[in-house]
Amino acid sequence: MPEWKPVPGTEIDATDRRLIVATQAGLPRVSRPYDAIAEQLGIGGDEVMRRLQRMLDCGVIRRIGAVPNHYAIGYTANGMSVWDVDDSRVDELGLKVGALEFVTHCYRRPRRLPDWPYNLFAMVHSRNREQVAARVAEIAALLGDACRGHDILYSTAILKKTGLRIAG
Amino acid sequence: MREAPASGRASVAPLDEVDKRLINALQGGFPLVAEPYRQVADAVGMSEAELLRRLDSLLERRILTRFGPMFQIERAGGAFVLAALRVPEADFERVAAQVNAFPEVAHNYRREHDLNMWFVLATATPQGIAEIIAAIEAATGLPVFAFPKEREYFVEMKLHA
Repeated sequence: MPEWKPVPGTEIDATDRRLIVATQAGLPRVSRPYDAIAEQLGIGGDEVMRRLQRMLDCGVIRRIGAVPNHYAIGYTANGMSVWDVDDSRVDELGLKVGALEFVTHCYRRPRRLPDWPYNLFAMVHSRNREQVAARVAEIAALLGDACRGHDILYSTAILKKTGLRIAG
Repeated sequence: MREAPASGRASVAPLDEVDKRLINALQGGFPLVAEPYRQVADAVGMSEAELLRRLDSLLERRILTRFGPMFQIERAGGAFVLAALRVPEADFERVAAQVNAFPEVAHNYRREHDLNMWFVLATATPQGIAEIIAAIEAATGLPVFAFPKEREYFVEMKLHA
């Protein structure tokens, strides 16, 4: 699986790895959080900020901030829409689906035949199921005859949501 | 953490307007400066102490699930894989507990489908994924359907409160 090799320029060293382990559960909620992490790692606060900035620049960190529980902020309908899209058109159409303002994640994934015929996944968060269904209809219209079938998998419970936890 | 299934309505503590403003302000671009909370507090018009108090409360009430860097670990040689199980209803709670016990399980959702449990595995190396899948299959006695991403078209994890 070639995509799993580090992208050139994004290699992390042992200190970066310790920094990931120290921050993956969250930043300390104190006035000088980077200094607090630095003290734990035995490096300077400036170095913590410099390393975080480098990981942001190369995409190892997507962003630094709050991760809301989407149910708690009113997005109570969470539909994972899945689509069986012609392989020759899925990349072109996946980019268009991903560009829709209401799609929060959009990926191509392998089919698992015969159980699972879908190769395009697009997550839709809304305030109710009617709104999800209306948005899924928009995706269906965009895919047109390149799509052979689709489904919506609504979530009914968050069983766990801790985020990444790599071993120290 | 459970929402009511069919109606889609969760019972949640009300969020006041200040909390909403704070959540929106904290969803990206947290500053890399010595006193970042103070900088954000100034921008949203509250004291640093008030911001920290509210942030603690939002995390405590699970309105925020975390506050910190979001890692795209594949970039650094690690792996994230979406996976699913077809769990018999009678065994659902047992299997959920078994799956959630693995620290490599980052998120886990119940979904309305024949494949009714969907979770994300995160490991420091690609080899770790195969190992964790084998361990989950051994623990639960169920086959794991793995859906590694082949291509990412879009990811935006911000939601307006």
